[in-house]
Amino acid sequence: MTYDLSNLVHRYGERTVLQIGSLHIDPGEIFALVGPSGAGKSTLLRLLGLLEAPSQGQLSLQLNGQSFTYATASIAERRQVVMVFQRPVLMSLGVRANVAIGLRIRGERDYHERVEQALARVALSHLSDAKAHTLSGGEMQRVAVARALVLEPKVLLLDEPTANLDPYNVRIIEDLIREQHQTYGTTIILVTHNVFQARRLATRVALLLDGGLVEVGPTAQLFDSPRDPRTAQFMSGELVY
Amino acid sequence: MALAISTVLGIPLGAWLALTRFPGKRLLTTLIYTGMGLPPVVAGLVVFLFLSRSGPFGDLGWLFTIKAMVIAQVIIATPLIIGVTMSSVAGVDPALRPQLRALGATGWQATWAQLFEARFGVIVGIVAGFGSIISEVGAVMLVGGNIEGRTRVMTTAIVLESRQGKFDLALALGIILLLISFVANAVLVGLQGRTGGHA
Repeated sequence: MTYDLSNLVHRYGERTVLQIGSLHIDPGEIFALVGPSGAGKSTLLRLLGLLEAPSQGQLSLQLNGQSFTYATASIAERRQVVMVFQRPVLMSLGVRANVAIGLRIRGERDYHERVEQALARVALSHLSDAKAHTLSGGEMQRVAVARALVLEPKVLLLDEPTANLDPYNVRIIEDLIREQHQTYGTTIILVTHNVFQARRLATRVALLLDGGLVEVGPTAQLFDSPRDPRTAQFMSGELVY
Repeated sequence: MALAISTVLGIPLGAWLALTRFPGKRLLTTLIYTGMGLPPVVAGLVVFLFLSRSGPFGDLGWLFTIKAMVIAQVIIATPLIIGVTMSSVAGVDPALRPQLRALGATGWQATWAQLFEARFGVIVGIVAGFGSIISEVGAVMLVGGNIEGRTRVMTTAIVLESRQGKFDLALALGIILLLISFVANAVLVGLQGRTGGHA
């Protein structure tokens, strides 16, 4: 599954929040979007998830030789792209039922084994009978990751999946991202303000500032030999904004 | 019957009002809230005037029938169910809907899930609607006429028996009414408990 963006502009009312000349994301990448808060990273992720239509320009994804946009993608195509949010909202059900929610949405019935496997992957098998509201923040985020992984998506969008989590939960989620990429070849697009996380995980990185792409390139390039001085400043931890 | 109609009308309308924005929504919400406090006898009077021989629907011949009583009860109970459903659905975390959409839910599936999350409040709305119907006297007496064997219900029978000084019978009817209310509410509360279980 490939993404192509060209001359994309997105506005909320009068305010332009994204302006991207062109961007291409290949299948099987771990593509990290980094930048300070308010740079437009999460907005771009929602557009990539086909949850919103861009105000102007093109955002298309190629799937099985066909090109789709927000307007033309059917529910079947949309379901190839799954997103995990920074603050997961679980339903007031048990953990197992929450992990199964996407499968039930797809009308699947024989999902119990897959749900158990997904819970094992996020190291939550021991809490499978618990109520969702009794979980800690880190456990909730792991349930949110499990309910996405169990769907075996072609594209996994992660919006700050480890923000505000303790190192133990961060490690579990980062290991899962690597495993999903290596074992299943899933295209992963990760929004993070943590450049160290981007360096640990990503195959390519894009720096977003004020809604525009400053630099896009292989992870090593952006960290070790950035072409734009703003990239060097941001990656080295200097405050740009 | 009146509760079933009010529920079928009230829950979708309440969910729709909670989840959509449109010009005039505030006015409509104010009207719904006003309807929640509508004096039943006023609802009965309006139905009476509409169904009376000189009224616009007088030809139907529904005045002093069960149909007229059901209409009055629906007018009384529906705003309660709409209002409580609306506030319950609006109280569900707004971030849930985009997260369900991002898991592949259609708009209908996301709405259904939001209603499910608001289920405790929705059931409270049904309980309130049931309470308003079962306790109603003025409107059903006005449009039903309290005709023995046809439109006499327990509340209107209690009024009649009390007026005739048969307080023992009136009290017995009151206790039966309370028991019916208790059993119905126990079923609804049981439903609340069951929907909170695991998958």
